[in-house]
Amino acid sequence: MSKPKPHAKSDPGILRYDALSRINHWLIAISFVMLVLSGLPLFHPFFWSLTGLFGGPTMTRILHPYIGLFMTLFFVIMAIRFFKVSLIKRHDIQWLKQIKDVLSNHDERLPPVGKNNAGQKLVYWIMVLCVPLLLVTGLLIWQPYFADAIPITLRRLAAFGHAYVAFLAIITLIIHIYSGIWVKGSFTAMIRGRVSKPWAKHHHDLWYEEEMEKERKEREMSKPQHQIMTGEEPK
Amino acid sequence: MRGDQINLQNIVKRSATQVPSPQERDDGVETVTKLIDVSRCIGCKACQVACSEWNNLRDEVGECVGEYDNPTDLTPNTWQVMRFNEHENEQGNLEWLIRKDNCMHCAEPGCLEACPAPGAIVQYANGIVDFNSEHCIGCGYCVAGCPFDVPRISKKDSKAYKCTLCSDRVYHGLEPACVKSCPTGSIMFGTREDMLDLAETRTDFLKERGFENAGIYNPQGVGGTHVIYVLQHADEPEIYNDLPKDPRISPLVEAWKGIPKPLASVAIGLAAFAGFFHYLTAGPKETSEEEEEEVHADEERDQQSEEKRP
Repeated sequence: MSKPKPHAKSDPGILRYDALSRINHWLIAISFVMLVLSGLPLFHPFFWSLTGLFGGPTMTRILHPYIGLFMTLFFVIMAIRFFKVSLIKRHDIQWLKQIKDVLSNHDERLPPVGKNNAGQKLVYWIMVLCVPLLLVTGLLIWQPYFADAIPITLRRLAAFGHAYVAFLAIITLIIHIYSGIWVKGSFTAMIRGRVSKPWAKHHHDLWYEEEMEKERKEREMSKPQHQIMTGEEPK
Repeated sequence: MRGDQINLQNIVKRSATQVPSPQERDDGVETVTKLIDVSRCIGCKACQVACSEWNNLRDEVGECVGEYDNPTDLTPNTWQVMRFNEHENEQGNLEWLIRKDNCMHCAEPGCLEACPAPGAIVQYANGIVDFNSEHCIGCGYCVAGCPFDVPRISKKDSKAYKCTLCSDRVYHGLEPACVKSCPTGSIMFGTREDMLDLAETRTDFLKERGFENAGIYNPQGVGGTHVIYVLQHADEPEIYNDLPKDPRISPLVEAWKGIPKPLASVAIGLAAFAGFFHYLTAGPKETSEEEEEEVHADEERDQQSEEKRP
């Protein structure tokens, strides 16, 4: 028997992100990138030419807040759905302490982690912090709807806050995107939803064990039934 | 005849622009200043009318709210407004302090500093700060940047408006409309030097008349302004309808728009590069073949042992 290939069709691997999570993630990802591209020109004139992507400077100013509202809506859904897997555990702290090993690909030295590693959890928590702040500060400076009614000091604070919270979010986004490129298999996981078992074991051992346990139980549940229904021995 | 709104050759400062504006035509243009002598103002509002007329502004007819201020505030089509204050002095006498409120044309304009749209706010060599509506995107950042609460955003076109110091008239050697209309000589216009001189004379006169604290309002926190006041009580400008004592661009605006922004922009670029170079050096994070074999061997063993179980 030839040895099974990790990505061979015969090996369905493990479901990591169901369709809903994937759609949700990509709606946020696309709108987030649009927010960055439309927000940067207002952040610094160096990025001014990006307004061309949105139909001109004024259109960029008009569209940006609506894209923001769209993203916030889907972010809330994802934040709720991903809450439990993003709680920081003791092994995550250890993982973070060994960030050098993470970066130098010495994965064998790392403690086993759950469905998400500490880096992914940090992305989650930074965004959970940033998105509401961006929403509130953005509403406060939103022309022509709210800004005129806001006391000037609060407007200044909001404009200041919006810029630097956005900066934090953008840096986080860059790290997040790079991680997807760097860790082979993770991008495919968010596209197709599945990962190979070796991938799961390598990167998320605790989660892998959980999933395997589930599979084993399922098999055992189905075994006697199978025998009862057919009277045959399972192959 | 109306002149050009903007003399492009003489723009010395431009919003959201990193490269220097033309500098070599130095000394070619004298800076101008409008002097508002509050002590001579009778509150006739001729200047307000002249402003509306020259600039083709027609504000909605409002309602009387029981005070002389009309309209009660600056609007996108009221670029100046007379603010009436009843002030009781130390002797217990009433003083009617009437301040013509409009753009101060700061030497270091907060609006220009805050504006994200290249060239939407400009400063001419003569010192006038002008909004170029063509480039205005209606974000309202100028409102946040202004220490005097002057710019107003139009509900019709979402563009910012304020007093232009009649830049078009001045370009053609005329005084601003408000200056021309003033019947008491309360509003004067000329070179900055002349106006500061005149303000000095007026201040001395007022001091002789018993206004010990008379003085010139030309706040240095914004580099001086091209609209200056002669105030009877220069020690407490707040009594002139909250004229700020020491106006400056808010530290929040400085922090928001100043040095940190280019640094943050560089940091964003560096973050992307850091990723690229990390990939070049550390390489991708992959699962090794041995691991894959191991997992599959494990699986097979598992299944076999389960099958063997009765």
